[in-house]
Amino acid sequence: MKAVAADADKVFKALADPGRRLLLDRLHADNGQTLTQLCEHLPMSRQAVTKHLKLLEEATLVVTIWRGREKFHYLNPVPIHEMAERWIHKYERGRLRVLAELKKNLEGDSNG
Amino acid sequence: MADSRFVYVTYIRTTPEKLWQALTEPEFTRQFWVGCWQESEWKPGASWRLMIPDGRVADGGEILEIEPPKRLALRWRNEFKPELREEGYSRMTYELEPMGEAVKLTVIHEMERPGSKFIEAVSNGWPMILSGLKTLLETGKSFEASRHWPKGM
Repeated sequence: MKAVAADADKVFKALADPGRRLLLDRLHADNGQTLTQLCEHLPMSRQAVTKHLKLLEEATLVVTIWRGREKFHYLNPVPIHEMAERWIHKYERGRLRVLAELKKNLEGDSNG
Repeated sequence: MADSRFVYVTYIRTTPEKLWQALTEPEFTRQFWVGCWQESEWKPGASWRLMIPDGRVADGGEILEIEPPKRLALRWRNEFKPELREEGYSRMTYELEPMGEAVKLTVIHEMERPGSKFIEAVSNGWPMILSGLKTLLETGKSFEASRHWPKGM
């Protein structure tokens, strides 16, 4: 189980930064972007984005594939799903979805 | 990009052979692929079908490339929802790479059309299926949610 805990540590560390969460939001909105595309309209330097992407990749929250000479970044939600399954009881799923919808409707969509 | 594509990666502490078996054999897929199983002769050009527990065909297609326990590429179309079926065929690829004590499983599901509803629909399923698969292989038991076909779907 040590290895599993180490995986979870990486995911939590990667998620514990607003800049990295912003990058995940950008990929969630438009999956499969190059570094240049990701850097557009972002309040971060290219170097900072590269550094954040490296941490996100190490946590497998972002995966990349090459198409010709271009490297595309994809949001990989599998590790987040594993954590959700770990702590959400099977019968809570439906109720949680209703609550999440309600919160979204009342607050607007800005923070999901 | 002009097409729709999702890429998923999970590292599973198992062997490529066991992972291949889990991805293809009905007794394994039923435990993590919401009760579904596949019907195929598993050779190039063979037909491929994903079966729903109630007997309906969820998806169908054919084997494009097969190289156990390394790589599988399928031509894949939805069969049970007309609005998704009409989008035609997608391509799904599994790549299995040994990485130390684990196997890196990459799943690429793509279609040559922008904003595919089908790719959007499968993107809701894959994360659950893959985390269920990982849990099954590493602990011997999958999540409750990944064992049953969702009610009313």
